[in-house]
Amino acid sequence: MKAKPSKPAAAPVEVPPLKEGTVSRRGFFNFLWGLLGLAALVELVWIAVSFLRPSKQPSGDPKAATVALAGPVESFAAGTVTAFQRGQFYLVRLDDGGFLALSCKCTHLGCTVPWVEKEKKFLCPCHASAFDITGNLITAPAPRALDMFRIIIENNILKVETSRTIKRSGFDPKQVTYLQKG
Amino acid sequence: MIEKLRSFSFPFASHPRHEDPRSPHRIFKTLVFHIRPRMVAERTLRFTLTFGLGGMAVVLVLLQLLTGTLLKFAYEPFPAQAYDSLIRLQTEYTFGQFTRNIHFWSANILVGVLLLHGLRVFLTGAFQPPRRANWIVGLILFVLVLASNLTGYLLPWDQLAFWATTICLGMLEYIPGIGSLLQQWVMGGSQIGAATLRNFFALHTAVLPAAIVSLMAYHFWRIRRAGGLVVLRSANETPAEKPAMVPSNPHLLMREAAVALSVAAVVSAVALIFDAPLGAAANPGLSPNPTKAPWYFAGVQEMLVHFHPTFALMIVLAMGLGVFILPYLGGMSASAGVWFASAAGRRTALFAAAAAGVATPLAVVLDEYVVGASRWMPDWPSAVSHGAIPAVLLVFVLAGLVAVLTKAFGSSRPEAAQAVFVFLLVGFVELAAICVFFRVEGMKLGWALR
Ligand code: HEM
Ligand code: FES
Repeated sequence: MKAKPSKPAAAPVEVPPLKEGTVSRRGFFNFLWGLLGLAALVELVWIAVSFLRPSKQPSGDPKAATVALAGPVESFAAGTVTAFQRGQFYLVRLDDGGFLALSCKCTHLGCTVPWVEKEKKFLCPCHASAFDITGNLITAPAPRALDMFRIIIENNILKVETSRTIKRSGFDPKQVTYLQKG
Repeated sequence: MIEKLRSFSFPFASHPRHEDPRSPHRIFKTLVFHIRPRMVAERTLRFTLTFGLGGMAVVLVLLQLLTGTLLKFAYEPFPAQAYDSLIRLQTEYTFGQFTRNIHFWSANILVGVLLLHGLRVFLTGAFQPPRRANWIVGLILFVLVLASNLTGYLLPWDQLAFWATTICLGMLEYIPGIGSLLQQWVMGGSQIGAATLRNFFALHTAVLPAAIVSLMAYHFWRIRRAGGLVVLRSANETPAEKPAMVPSNPHLLMREAAVALSVAAVVSAVALIFDAPLGAAANPGLSPNPTKAPWYFAGVQEMLVHFHPTFALMIVLAMGLGVFILPYLGGMSASAGVWFASAAGRRTALFAAAAAGVATPLAVVLDEYVVGASRWMPDWPSAVSHGAIPAVLLVFVLAGLVAVLTKAFGSSRPEAAQAVFVFLLVGFVELAAICVFFRVEGMKLGWALR
């Protein structure tokens, strides 16, 4: 590496004083450089942000509802809870014969809630929230009832629309799906 | 060549005065003195100022970078392969298990060392001017290290990883306003899956290490700019204008080398004896009972047992914010270099630690057996019964503590602030310990290590 010629320390170039409000040539170019740098920075940030923004539509048609086939109506006895691991939901048949499809994700922090047959409760292993068979909250810390999914009954076959989670604060008899009589 | 070798002397040893600027010794020395000061105040070398904690943190970060780079040659960041690639690492790679053990243990020890480092900076008043900005830089480093730990925790894709990450990300949802969006963004979807693993892998192996290394350089530059470390003194001494200086070679460098070697030895020993845990492969359908967050988040998890999530999060965020703005609160600037700010400060800090030590387990047991058993306020929404009411209670406890300190002990403002800090810290550490050691199946109280 060649040694840099040392700058003469003394004898600065005489610069005529500028009038108030005028900009020197150097000042102007420095300003331009700054502006260009800023523009480059903004572009970079913009590219990074658009790259990392979650795609609004996950691959596939977002409007196509995912419907899980649960099975024929008769295969669920009254007062039972059936787990569907793949669809991540429980099919509940209440004592009066009505159906509910409950999400198995705890409304607290998202653990999978198992149905404990012995106690007739959903008991969360993570922070001990408990829910009854309708998904209603029995014990905090979870803040609300288990989410649910819409049930469709066609030709005695139960289907569950798992693509749309329905949030609710508590259980309401209107949420139960019954077999159409007659 | 021979000439060069002959002119090489051990870098820490004393050196000839007129040496060739191209000699290896000279090159090494100029390199060292680009990152280390030439002279340091003699008193800052005392072990009872730093306990070598910052130096330990540097060594642990370096160990992380080295072992992490090795692990990257074996790890596959896809849900279907991640777990198997770790099994292969542990069984088929020479020193594979050992490398993973070092990475695991030094990551955990790093969090502990940083907690202590921050505590010593706090208790010696080193966060006061002119070191206020470096306190913030240090805290950001701490947050980045925690983020590294969290993102690394998911990578093994075992049951432990999957569910601990599930509940940690579950907390994000309760940040008012932006929670759900933020959670979706971090997770890359509505559930933990391939996108989450991809995001975490990129953060863990590129973004966070780069940020940590750059910020560390800035941390050290700011120490130099503040004229070195805070100089220890007793409460009635005025800060010395010109403290006695000694050359850092060998006084500082030798001490740093000793700390570095000790840390490396301890970590290697621990890694030889204890294997890093690896549970069963992740199963999204089955949460283990109990599911626990890693220990540095266990305090938050324990709070979540007692508080409505929004309030738990608000309390934690408020505490975090308090720690960040601490140096900028008025009246906190006269005690730099004095342990506990004063002799009275030492007493009030101990009092606060003892108070928190007793009050925290008491509150937990009370909530568990008295409040919990009676189904506390069943007709109120949990945001009131488990949110607003206990939060207000906590504020009253803190206000009571400050009142007792200022009235009965005649504490000054920094002493009272210090006591509140110690109170919350001890309480929080105890909550974490309760979650780790005393939470059993169904998160009931019991002895967890059987
Ligand atoms: C990766 C993380 C970190 C590393 C590698 C690191 C490293 C260091 C080192 C080597 C020192 C020299 C003195 C000593 O050993 O104590 C130091 C000083 C300091 N650190 Fe850190 N640190 C980290 C995180 C933190 C945190 C979390 C805080 C605060 C919450 C902090 C605040 C400070 C301050 C204010 C000083 C100056 C202390 C004085 O002048 O006495 N640092 N740090
Ligand atoms: S995740 Fe179910 S209680 Fe916390």
